[in-house]
Amino acid sequence: MTIAVIDYGMGNLHSVAKALEHVTHEHVVITRDARSIRGATRIVLPGQGAMRDCMGELQRTELQGLVQEMLADQAKPLLGICVGQQMLMDASEENGGIECLRFLPGRVRHFSQAMHDAEGRRLKVPHMGWNQVVQRHAHPLWDGIADETRFYFVHGYYVEAERDADVFGTTRYGDVTAHVATGRDTVFAVQFHPEKSASAGLRLLENFVNWAP
Amino acid sequence: MGLAKRIIPCLDVDAGRVVKGVNFVGIRDAGDPVEIAKRYNQQGADEITFLDITASHEDRETTVEMVERIAGEVFIPLTVGGGIRTCEDIRTMLNAGADKVSINTAAVNNPEFVHEAAERFGSQCIVVAIDAKRVSADGEPLRWEIFTHGGRKPTGLDAIDWARKMVNYGAGELLLTSMDRDGTKSGFDLELTRAISDAVAVPVIASGGVGNLDHLVEGVTRGAADAVLAASIFHFGEYTIPDAKRYMSEHGIEMRL
Repeated sequence: MTIAVIDYGMGNLHSVAKALEHVTHEHVVITRDARSIRGATRIVLPGQGAMRDCMGELQRTELQGLVQEMLADQAKPLLGICVGQQMLMDASEENGGIECLRFLPGRVRHFSQAMHDAEGRRLKVPHMGWNQVVQRHAHPLWDGIADETRFYFVHGYYVEAERDADVFGTTRYGDVTAHVATGRDTVFAVQFHPEKSASAGLRLLENFVNWAP
Repeated sequence: MGLAKRIIPCLDVDAGRVVKGVNFVGIRDAGDPVEIAKRYNQQGADEITFLDITASHEDRETTVEMVERIAGEVFIPLTVGGGIRTCEDIRTMLNAGADKVSINTAAVNNPEFVHEAAERFGSQCIVVAIDAKRVSADGEPLRWEIFTHGGRKPTGLDAIDWARKMVNYGAGELLLTSMDRDGTKSGFDLELTRAISDAVAVPVIASGGVGNLDHLVEGVTRGAADAVLAASIFHFGEYTIPDAKRYMSEHGIEMRL
């Protein structure tokens, strides 16, 4: 039983691995080796930084084909985190338009710099800090986590999925309702950082480790 | 309902030990950063910041080990500042489990470093620490300047221009300290906080001068800070994090309770 955290060179994977190790005795590996990834029982697809760089690195490390194959096979649970959630969509507005993995229909959009709060103060971008997640549909990964629990976010772009059935959680920021938990079949993906979201985040990771879709 | 304002306790560490003491009930070893970080996490701190004041290079290894130990047990964002001068320093801290690093003097000495760091590691983990001091005379339009060396060395840089420049260079967040207020317990420099927060699109953490819970409230309401950082009011048990959060929430501020 191994959980593979895919290392394509983007982002801080140590936090994710450490948090997983905290909730399971299963072996956690940070790897870009295709054989280890194929051999793992669960996959975590993290991501941080610019979409252009993330997609670029995924291609450069020759992992894009493998990830797409696993998304198509639906053979094992996969958890996308942050840009790892965004990558599952059709395309991102970032850098004038970047094609993504096309697993879920929908787009990745930028928070407008012109959003204001109730007092008329300009909202900061990136959306950084603890915000509430409304659980739109039930899912095993929400097990034991109350509706509207706060999770930790850091992002300037957000997912807008086309199909309601693919959206499991939403978060409100300014006048935007971001689709912050999305998925289908064996795939679940979140915009927030469960590895940095204290006990609620650990619970979600534990639910992922116990998830048998 | 929306994004919560954050409370960030800040700990000074020297060679992997917390200095300037922490006085919690029930803590066996007041210098053990892991124990203190766990305690703040249990109390509901939204993030924790460590300021590394270790002088010698060798002892910095101990700080790295400390970050590793904390990151294995505390699952909220960790920021490490102090002595971050190269991309290698950043990589070391991120690999140890830090989520963000805060860059101060190295940014003043070489602004391009911030650009390089943001390109390489992403803006989300690059915090630029700004130490500002009021330099305008009474009656003049307000003006603040960047100081280094604990507020002793002026740089001639205008604080608002500098803040904008650092954001343009890729800073994902600013940690703003008023050198006039730091250690005074008389409250944040609210005009400074407001001026910087209004000038940039990224979140601003207010620091320097917190002596009571009203100061935290004002930092957000009048200073427009996105997060408030404090050290001594929490370390010495004057107030707990839940006290502070409850108080801020009662004053209409969205908090993670």
